[in-house]
Amino acid sequence: MATKKKKKTDWSKEVFKVLKKADIRQIAYVPDAGHTSLIKMAVADNAIKPVSLTSEQEGIAVLSGAWLGGEAGALLMQSSGVGNVINMLGMANECRFPLLMLVTMRGEWGEFNPWQVPMGQATETVLDAAGVIIHRADDPAEIAETVEAAAKIAFDSGRMVAVLIGQRVVGFKDWTK
Amino acid sequence: MAISYKLQRRKVVHQILKERGDAAVITGIGNAVHDVASFNDDPKNMYLAGVMGGASMVAFGIALAQPKRRVLVITGDGELLAGVGSLATIGVEQPKNMSIIVIDNQAYGATGNQHTHTGSGVDLVGIAAASGFKKTALITTQAELESELPKIHSEPGPYFAVVKVTNKSSPRIDAPRDGTYVARRFRAAVTGESM
Amino acid sequence: MASRRKITLDRRKVVEKILKDRGDILLVTGLGAPTWDAAAVGDHPNNFYLWGGMGGAVLTGLGLALAQPKRRVLVITGDGEMLMGVGGLATVAVQKPSNLAICIMDNQRYGETGMQETHTEHGVDLAAMAAGAGFQKYSTVYNNRELAEAIPVLYSEQGPVFVDVKVTDAPQPMTLPPRDGPMLKHRFRENLLGHV
Ligand SMILES: Cc1ncc(C[n+]2csc(CCOP(=O)(O)OP(=O)(O)O)c2C)c(N)n1
Ligand SMILES: [Mg+2]
Repeated sequence: MATKKKKKTDWSKEVFKVLKKADIRQIAYVPDAGHTSLIKMAVADNAIKPVSLTSEQEGIAVLSGAWLGGEAGALLMQSSGVGNVINMLGMANECRFPLLMLVTMRGEWGEFNPWQVPMGQATETVLDAAGVIIHRADDPAEIAETVEAAAKIAFDSGRMVAVLIGQRVVGFKDWTK
Repeated sequence: MAISYKLQRRKVVHQILKERGDAAVITGIGNAVHDVASFNDDPKNMYLAGVMGGASMVAFGIALAQPKRRVLVITGDGELLAGVGSLATIGVEQPKNMSIIVIDNQAYGATGNQHTHTGSGVDLVGIAAASGFKKTALITTQAELESELPKIHSEPGPYFAVVKVTNKSSPRIDAPRDGTYVARRFRAAVTGESM
Repeated sequence: MASRRKITLDRRKVVEKILKDRGDILLVTGLGAPTWDAAAVGDHPNNFYLWGGMGGAVLTGLGLALAQPKRRVLVITGDGEMLMGVGGLATVAVQKPSNLAICIMDNQRYGETGMQETHTEHGVDLAAMAAGAGFQKYSTVYNNRELAEAIPVLYSEQGPVFVDVKVTDAPQPMTLPPRDGPMLKHRFRENLLGHV
């Protein structure tokens, strides 16, 4: 478990560098344990406006506004949040807003909570049905480059992209303590 | 609870827009789109013809990205209710350059005038205040509208007002419907970059 | 806006006090710590725990209250969960279910996911939001005296009632109730209706 922990912060650091390189100025989020360090880095960075949302759907709207106002942003959420954003994605799709979503997966690898499974299992299908380009990363070593590629296609080609970060990466939730 | 209000939405919106200066205007889905489009099709208008519940957060994103520009949301009561948690998010963030104006006809006008929650005791001004908006107003008369106008345009925000209007509908004046076009035109107008 | 007062209440003790004389109330809990709090008091067939569906606890309680007008329905959930479905307060207020009580364990944190601050840490006042939504009965509880006043309100005041209990963010041991959805549903219905 100790090595896993280390990897967890490492990939977050690399991803954050990628986000900085992509000149991300707004980071909207509903927390997930897997996003803990990214959120902390976003809050600590003066050039980034962190926006804590009550519900994930707000995030699609904020980032649409960010783009309209000339800034790039990213949305951090867990897979259950994908269920909350579907209708709002219609705007990003219709307007060809670039949209970068980093989704930490639940309900797949070693899930303990059965309630996470339906949305976790539906996440890819639902995003696909909504027209979102999906990149997956299941190895901590490949997350940063995946996010980099996703940011490029999002911002350079004006597309909605989700990077699904496998539950395997985040590790099992330890429910015993 | 059927209080009847006298203000006419179109006149209210036109009066607000007359003094907008270089403000960006975001409309929520519903009659607000027609109210704004019937004044003029300004490139700094972003009409949302979908995503019910999203107007305030789109505007908030713009307000963050364009801190020197006033950003006005003109939307309906139903649209605002659909994303009312956004008020808490905006109340925490305290964007100074943002005003939300709810044109409240107590009805989902665009879909057949079904009652919304605001006709049954829901007080959006109270919710906004509870969410952390320090400047709020309930506007029910022409005199109140006139005294709030300067605040709508220049009071350090976030500012929130509900304008109670009659639920009589006005003729439909369409805004350009192609989202990509409206969005690119808007972005070019507020950033000075090319479309 | 709520003035800043010192927060000392321990959520486990609060929930224990609320549920000690629960009679025949039907309890719905929001995901995460509120569910563990209820489980720590003791699993019960009249408990329906949400293990997901964030933002849905109050509306689950509303549907139940409308279906069972003679039974008292209590929803215990967290501030983050409440905020995610806060429009539901307006929906509840319009329905005016006289048998529905909502109680928030407001630790100003997203406890489950790493104790990130929620909007209530930054001035958002849930009781005032409930008032704005149209609740006639609403309060914020900071100490045991106020809690003692609020508990009878939760159980017997004409609903809908809303009580925001400010609790510390001290972490608590996890006490996990059953999580199999069909099992929870069948148990709850069988106990309530006599059939599944
Ligand atoms: C739609 C959705 N988004 C995010 C999550 C992740 N999540 C699970 S519990 C939780 C925090 C809940 O906070 P609160 O309701 O305040 O309860 P607390 O643990 O603080 O008592 C979050 C963000 C989720 N389960 N579903
Ligand atoms: Mg909490």
